[in-house]
Amino acid sequence: MATNPYNRKPLKVLAGLAAVSIALYGLLFAAVTWGDAQFKPKLGLDLAGGTQLVLAPRLVGNAKVSSDQLNQARDIIVQRVDANGVAGAEVTTSGGRNIVVSMPGTPPKATEDAIRRSSQMQFRPVLAAAPGTNQPVPTGTSTTGGTPTGTATGTATGTATKPAVPTATGATTTKAGSAVPGAFVRATTTPAAGASTTPAPTATTGAATPTTPAAGSTAAPKDASDLAQITPALTQEFQALDCAKDGVLDGIVDDPAKPLVTCSDTGAEKYILGPVEVRGDQIKDAVAGYQPLSNGQPSNIVEIRLSFNSSGTKAFGNVTKRLVNLEDPRNRFAVTLDSQVLTAPTAQAAILDGQASITGSFTIESARDLANQLKFGALPLSFDLQTRDEISPTLGSEQLRMGLVAGVIGFALVFLYSLGQYRALGLVTVASIVIAALLTYVAIALLGWAQNFRLDMAGVTGLIVAIGVTADSFIVYFERIRDEVREGRPLRAAVDTGWRRARRTILAADGVNFLAAFVLYLLASSNVRGFAFTLGLTTLIDLLVVVLFTHPVVAILSSTKFFGGGHRWSGLDPQRLGAKTNRARYAGRGRVAMPATASATSDGSAL
Amino acid sequence: MINFAALGNDLYTGKRSIDFVGRYKRWYVLSGIFVLLATLGLVFQGLNLSLEFSGGSEFRVSKVTIGDTYEQKAKDAVTSVAPAAAPEVTTIGSGTVRVQTEKLSDAKIRDVQSSLARAFDTTAGDVSASFVGPSWGASVSQKALQALAVFLALVAAVMAIYFRTWKMAVAGLAALVHDLFITVGIYALAGFEVSPATMIGFLTILGYSLYDTVVVFDKVRENTGEARGNGRMSYAQAANLAVNQTLVRSINTTVVALLPIASILVIGFLFLGPGTLLDLALALFVGIAVGAYSSIFIATPLLVHMRGKEPEMVELAKKAQRYQARHGGQVLASDVAPIEHGRDDEPSETGSLESAGVGATAPSIARGTHKYATSGPRNQPRRPPKSRR
Repeated sequence: MATNPYNRKPLKVLAGLAAVSIALYGLLFAAVTWGDAQFKPKLGLDLAGGTQLVLAPRLVGNAKVSSDQLNQARDIIVQRVDANGVAGAEVTTSGGRNIVVSMPGTPPKATEDAIRRSSQMQFRPVLAAAPGTNQPVPTGTSTTGGTPTGTATGTATGTATKPAVPTATGATTTKAGSAVPGAFVRATTTPAAGASTTPAPTATTGAATPTTPAAGSTAAPKDASDLAQITPALTQEFQALDCAKDGVLDGIVDDPAKPLVTCSDTGAEKYILGPVEVRGDQIKDAVAGYQPLSNGQPSNIVEIRLSFNSSGTKAFGNVTKRLVNLEDPRNRFAVTLDSQVLTAPTAQAAILDGQASITGSFTIESARDLANQLKFGALPLSFDLQTRDEISPTLGSEQLRMGLVAGVIGFALVFLYSLGQYRALGLVTVASIVIAALLTYVAIALLGWAQNFRLDMAGVTGLIVAIGVTADSFIVYFERIRDEVREGRPLRAAVDTGWRRARRTILAADGVNFLAAFVLYLLASSNVRGFAFTLGLTTLIDLLVVVLFTHPVVAILSSTKFFGGGHRWSGLDPQRLGAKTNRARYAGRGRVAMPATASATSDGSAL
Repeated sequence: MINFAALGNDLYTGKRSIDFVGRYKRWYVLSGIFVLLATLGLVFQGLNLSLEFSGGSEFRVSKVTIGDTYEQKAKDAVTSVAPAAAPEVTTIGSGTVRVQTEKLSDAKIRDVQSSLARAFDTTAGDVSASFVGPSWGASVSQKALQALAVFLALVAAVMAIYFRTWKMAVAGLAALVHDLFITVGIYALAGFEVSPATMIGFLTILGYSLYDTVVVFDKVRENTGEARGNGRMSYAQAANLAVNQTLVRSINTTVVALLPIASILVIGFLFLGPGTLLDLALALFVGIAVGAYSSIFIATPLLVHMRGKEPEMVELAKKAQRYQARHGGQVLASDVAPIEHGRDDEPSETGSLESAGVGATAPSIARGTHKYATSGPRNQPRRPPKSRR
């Protein structure tokens, strides 16, 4: 049987909707089968409970935490938690000292660490560098542990522009010895006069003791790369430092104005660094990605691209300009994170545009974590994990169950009301709401998997309210159709004209709602973001359903005898709608003329 | 059930009309009373902020066996000593019950500690107390407010562009503020606790209120556009007709939106008692009802007030008055409001004296037929016979 030509387009649209739905459910099914998704939507902290982390500040000596510091730390932690998705975590301070993070579900260890690290990034010039250990130890353990950048795999040091150090593949100490660049050996030999003022370097490692010939006489260093800053005490510290030992950097005192003796994060190299020249808070933005090759294709080297603010750009430009003309290793610029050197590339040219990129021993995930931490700024303190406990939901399961029962009852009432108002057309409303519910369900389950979106109590009520907003689109549409029928149009024409007019209204109203969702999602934090997410989702689905389901279905129905003929129970009966009883006369340009006598009729309906 | 289809028909054609715009004084007074109540509630009662906003006290009862009734037990223990503490009970790990309350005085804290110890059969030493900071702190509120300000500015711009007049944006935002203020005020009056969930409820209302206003205004835009084109209706009449025409839709939508919330309210009230669900449902119920009301009764009259004074609209009103007077009695349904509703015409705007004069004479003047037309059939160009073409 050939299809009615009027139905071809609506059928196509309906097929499109079916394809979208099947694709979404297929995706969910695939994600459940092969990924870690689940069919049930994830629930929020108040409905499902979660994990509570108590973070205590790491304090040196008897220093105290000010409430300002604590609040600042809390705000930054909130941002970091938010960057992990829209889970709706709760971050509070406790006892004027600790920070309590309550997250739904069980966060992985990496997330926990990423939240509590200080992530203080600094840029310091290198004064001296040497392999990380003093005696060759034949084990390959050279990581100092606890870094967000993960274990040392791949290159030990990388550069933004071009590696200054031949890459020491694998962090074994035997290779670490060969990682000392040739230029570096030259540096150790040139200041022959300095050898008298410092203890002799140990021959096995060829450790550097670069000092100026007149270490004692020059009082003030003229810039951050000045070797006059290396005091005998620093040299001694540098010599004694063994990066292979665990916890060797725990007691490190990091004064931005003074030189710093530290290790690289893989432990392969140790450094004496000059004072801080560019601070982490001068970073405007940080993005993680794969480093592009010269042909524009992405390589498999993970990098973090940084852009500095104006003062950072200037400072960075000045430093690189100066370093270019210095000898190795003093032409290297170290990037430190929490006092450990991530990477120390050679300055190849003055970088004046404030764009830099860091490579290191990142995986793409750890690079993303770090980029987020850099973007939102450093915590004023580092935090240790004090306790980690499971926490029960604040709202009992009773509340959710009752909420859902209420939702079902409410839906039944809506069903009855629609039938009463729109007769058979009410069935279309109900079918549309059911379709919308199915789409919402799959969307929430999928977003729970991809974005860690979790439904809390406010979200559940928001969805129940969405029944009203979704139904309104159909009501607007149906009322427009009825208006057109009243104006004397035959039903098919009424459906088309009514749709054109209703579409405009629906688009405008949904557009405003979507704008609300979008702006709130971008600008607000924590709970408000979760709300914005729900609002945007339900608005989109409303639009999708009314365009892809309700309109085509009504268009198809209008060509049936039951609806098109204006059956009593179709809800589109012209007689009931008053189009015929009043003997409406078509008056051109979509207007009807009413005889004056018609106003005398009364149907007894009262207001 | 009221025959909405017939009513809708009457409202649509203008056979039956409710004078929303003309009786603006009533609605303004009604809203004024609500706003006054809300202000009183906010000033004298104040908002009862939950501990997520202001911080509070936290008790941990450790080393206890947690049965099924721990929640009730803990709540009873706290409220017997501090009735207004609004405790929230959760378990942490396997042997600790956490009770968070509003900020309590030191004496009260000791009372609660001993009361909790009694309830869970431990010593007061196993009940630790500490102060817990706000999770929805000033920075969250500040960011939310910033986002809200940006959003309102954008929405105003979008509405102004879409409707091609900034006055609609202003009227829409006024209705929005009206709805939010009244909802928050009623919340304050009732003394309900404002939790983050309630805040989300308020935001939901914000979305709904705007949505509803845009739907009504879109019809106003359509009708007034027609009226300005043909000059048969004043701005006020066209707007009033638009509200009447969307009235059935507004009622249906509001009922459909309120039904699920009402069922939450009833179920929450019967089976759950006070709690997040009930609070949220109440906020939404009030907010949506007020939102629907304001789109019809506040936003539209406000818009007519603002636009009615424009010279163009005054001109239109005069024109419409003349037209309606000329067609006295027999009116075209879809472009003219019924004559018996004289209130629709604001005397100050329409200049009733002049139009009355026109109205008296206009119907009697029958336009004479042109003499050319009376002389016979029209002269048509003749088609030459085929041979001459």
